[in-house]
Formats: sequence, structure tokens, C-alpha cells
Amino acid sequence: MEMTYWNRQAETMERAALEQLQIQRMRSIIAQALKTPFYQKRLSRAGITSPDQFRSLADMQRLPFTTKDDLRQNYPVGLLAVDMDEVVRIHSSSGTTGIPTVIYLTQEDLNAWTDLLARSITATGCTRKDVFQNMMSYGLFTGGLGLHYGAERVGMTVIPIGGGNTQRQVQVMKDFKTTVLHITPSYLLHIHSRLDEFGVKPGDLHLKKAFLGAEPYSENTRQKLQELFGIDAYNSYGLSEMNGPGVAFECVYKQDMHLWEDAYILEIIDPATGQVLPDGQLGEVVLTNLVRMAMPLMRYRTRDLAFVHPEPCPCGRTHRRLSRIQGRTDDMLIINGVNVFPSQIEEVIMSIPEVGTNYMIHLTRAGALDKLTVKVEIYSKMFTGDLNALEALKNKIRDRLRASITINPHIELHEPGALPAFEGKAKRVVDQREKL
Amino acid sequence: MAKQLTIFLENRPGRIKSISDVLLENSLNIWAFTIQDRGEFGLMKMIVDKPEKAQLILADRGFACVLKEVLAVVAEQDQPGNLDKLTTALLERGVNIKDAYGFVSLKDRQGICFMEFENPEQVNLEEAIAAYGFKVVSGQQLYEL
Repeated sequence: MEMTYWNRQAETMERAALEQLQIQRMRSIIAQALKTPFYQKRLSRAGITSPDQFRSLADMQRLPFTTKDDLRQNYPVGLLAVDMDEVVRIHSSSGTTGIPTVIYLTQEDLNAWTDLLARSITATGCTRKDVFQNMMSYGLFTGGLGLHYGAERVGMTVIPIGGGNTQRQVQVMKDFKTTVLHITPSYLLHIHSRLDEFGVKPGDLHLKKAFLGAEPYSENTRQKLQELFGIDAYNSYGLSEMNGPGVAFECVYKQDMHLWEDAYILEIIDPATGQVLPDGQLGEVVLTNLVRMAMPLMRYRTRDLAFVHPEPCPCGRTHRRLSRIQGRTDDMLIINGVNVFPSQIEEVIMSIPEVGTNYMIHLTRAGALDKLTVKVEIYSKMFTGDLNALEALKNKIRDRLRASITINPHIELHEPGALPAFEGKAKRVVDQREKL
Repeated sequence: MAKQLTIFLENRPGRIKSISDVLLENSLNIWAFTIQDRGEFGLMKMIVDKPEKAQLILADRGFACVLKEVLAVVAEQDQPGNLDKLTTALLERGVNIKDAYGFVSLKDRQGICFMEFENPEQVNLEEAIAAYGFKVVSGQQLYEL
């Protein structure tokens, strides 16, 4: 197989040189981090007051971890290391308790990120001849804009269509002879289930590849999608705290994802003890971004569980490969590609006086898409006996939840005391979705 | 006006019996009832002989229930055109009916109807209805019929 690279030198660098580059970049990240009150305090507590104290990669373990909670507590500008004038882009993700996390990028940071995406896209064999239909949502979410700029940098023809409106998506695929999709696996399954209705066969389309992301899925689902559409489907990994997509991406060999180690330091730790685990062992993914100066983030605990393949890949890239995400260390749910914490739902329910404090979250699959049902108990003292008031209450809960988690839930009202009561950490989530 | 008990119920087997069990235990008599269904839940509306007592007991058992004033209209003689006369009276006053249920008492063939209105305070409904020959009765009169 002939290999194409976006940046052959960076992608095939000898490990020793790669590690030297990491050390050098880590020093600039520490220098940058020391400009923020948050890291100044954290690092000095760990005995680090100057970048020179970072001598080898073994020194990584001297550095403190950073968590999502740290980001929330320092919202919005506590980790900003440059003047706001230098910032050219802000991205944000919904927070676990209503406080979002925010990411800042300078022009240089944005260039570095876009370059990683161009590299990722090229690793799958795409070229400027491809037509790229970007079906992820745009906006504060990093998935849409990230791949958009990466695909433009490669020189692909980019269709920034965003999510939703299946019939139009298929029409656009036909009209512009789309060759590459960026999409969640469940949405691609859903599209297939509706092709008949539009009088379209997969063979009428010109699809060659799909970048799948934003939600977990199995190798079986990949195989199924590849067969249904006659395409190659590539797995990708990213999270908004690390800029978004482009942290790790599969090459044409599709044997898990090359994590771009000139831009990120990858560690796998035991989530209980924080001890670094050897390659091959399953643990929590911990990442340090080496190419973002606006907002340094070191040893960030992603709460994603995965392992590392240390063996070289036939593609010639020296960057180690990360497995599919095997699970989470927390209770985060992924619903139609959107990250949702049960605590976000709880917070909305607690803010509505007409319902009790007990609730249940049910997840089912309707066709290829996830369905979220939130069951709440009505609160006796607020009951008026009016049917319209109950309908209005359901609408109010649905609207507030949609505003918070961006997903349209189905609301069910129940009698007081009808839902199971829990003491302590409740098992309020019932996930009846078959694994994709 | 009569007092109507309105109870929130989930739409699944056994929920109505959970109400009738409580009423039986307390020897409460049901005069009339109707059920409105809204998917996973519904409202049960009842006229019982001791509404305040019934409400206290049901609330004590954890049910979401309220007492509401409804208009109880009696036509002395069941005959064709009664409902038409009643709706004419309401239309003249521009009143909109929110909910209503009616039946005929088999023993003495009186027509009986319970009604809820939007904004009932704005017009003197009892007078309007009486003008068409109907009786508006209180809860107490009703239970003694």
C-alpha cells in the first residue's frame, strides 16, 4: 500500500527524537502554565517553579493531575495564559453541574490543531480530490469546526451541512457526489434505514469513507456500516479539553488510532491510585496538550478507559496507537453523540417545584437513534387537578432539559412515591440500548 | 356548587383499585366518576359523599389529589333537548366548558350533570341556568338525592 503523509517528518520521527521534542515542548508548556495563578500554585506545591526542572519524561510523574472539576472551579478565565486579545477562538462543552468548561486558542494554537486534523484526514488516504460532508454540529462543540478547518487545509471540497435533516443530507450526498462523511455511527445507521424511503440505493451514492466519532461503537458496527455503504470507516478520538477531534485517528490500516505524540503526551493510569500503567494495560487516558499556549492543560484526566498498542504500525508512523474507548470512570452518558451527565438532568428537575426530587433516566433505541425518557414524580402539594397544567409542566421540563443538555427528552409524569427510591448513590439510569 | 375530588393516577393496571380500596376501607360512597386519559397518566374525577374526608385520607396515603368546586346541574325530568337547553344558556353567557360529565338517575329519571368552566367567576352562571328551568344543587343536596 502506498502511504501518504501530511507531515512525513513528524509522523515517522524516531522515538528518541520524538521524546526529545516532547521534553522541549513540555518545558514551554510549563513556562506558559506558570503564568496562570492556578498552575503557579499547583506546580509550586509539586516543587516546580521553573521549566528547567523538567529534565526527562520521567518528570511527568512529578506533575499534578488536572481534572474537569479544576476547569469548572476556574471558569471562565482561571487557566488562560495569554492576553484575551491573543485569543482567536473559544470552544466550550456543557458542564456536569451547569458550569461549562471553556477552551481558548490563539491563532498559532488554531493552526497547530488544524494541522493535526489535516494530518489525521490524510492518514486515512483522503486527498484534495475528495468531497467532505461534515455532518457533525457546528458551534461551541469542537467536532464540527475542527474537522471543517482540517478538511479545508487538506484542500477537500467541504460541505458544512451540520447535523439533522436526513432527506436533505442524502440529497446533498447525491448532488455533490460526496465521498467522505464525518458522522456519528448511530446517525449513519439511521440514514441507511431511510434510504429506501428516498428511493436511493447505497450504490447510487459516491461515498468512499466515513470518519466515525462522538460516541462509542464496536468493531461489529464498523464492519456493518462498511458493508452497508461499501465504504471504509475510520475511528477517531478527541475531547474538547484537548481541542477536540484530531487527538488520535486511524490510518488506512484501521488497527486503532495513532495518537499524535508530538502534540500530546499520552499516559494511561490506574484511575484508583493514579499510578502510570505500562502499554497494553487498560486504564484511564491522561493527556497533556503540547501545542496550545493560550490555555495549557497538563496531565488532564479524561475519564476515558483505553489501552495503548506499542507495536509499530505497518503504515510507518511511529506514534503509538490508542485502543477504542472501552468505558468511562464516571457516569457520563453519550446520547446520540452528545455527552450528558445525569447530574445535569438532576439539576433541572430540582429546579422545578411541581415535581418531586425522585427521578429515573431511561435510555432506549428507536431505530438507530437513542431515545431519552426522563421519569419524574408529581409533587402532591403543587397538584392542581388541571390537565392542561400537567401538559404545560411536561413541556416546561422538556424545554428546560433541552436547553441544558441539547437533547429533546420524552417526559413521563408519575404518581408521588411511584419511582424506586434510593439511598446514597442512586441507580437512576437504566440503559436498555443495545451496544452499537 | 359541589366538591369534586381530582386524583392523579398512572395509567397501569391496579391504580384505580388502589383508590377504590381506600374508599372502601373508609366506607366512602362514590356518587359519580369519570377518567381522563393522557398517555402514561390520567386524572380520576369523583363525586363522593364525604369529599373533605376522602381527600384527607387519600392525601395521607400519598396520592396527589385536590378538591375542586364544580357546578352540579339537575334537570327534574329527563327528556330530549335538556343538554341543548343547558348549552344554549351557557352560550348566551359566552362560557366555555372545560370538562363535563352527566348521567340519568334511574330511580327518579332526573338528569344530573357536573361541569367545570374557564373563568366561571365572570358571569352569574347559576342564575343563567336557573332561567332555563334547571336546578343548581350543592354537594349536600346532591348526596341526599
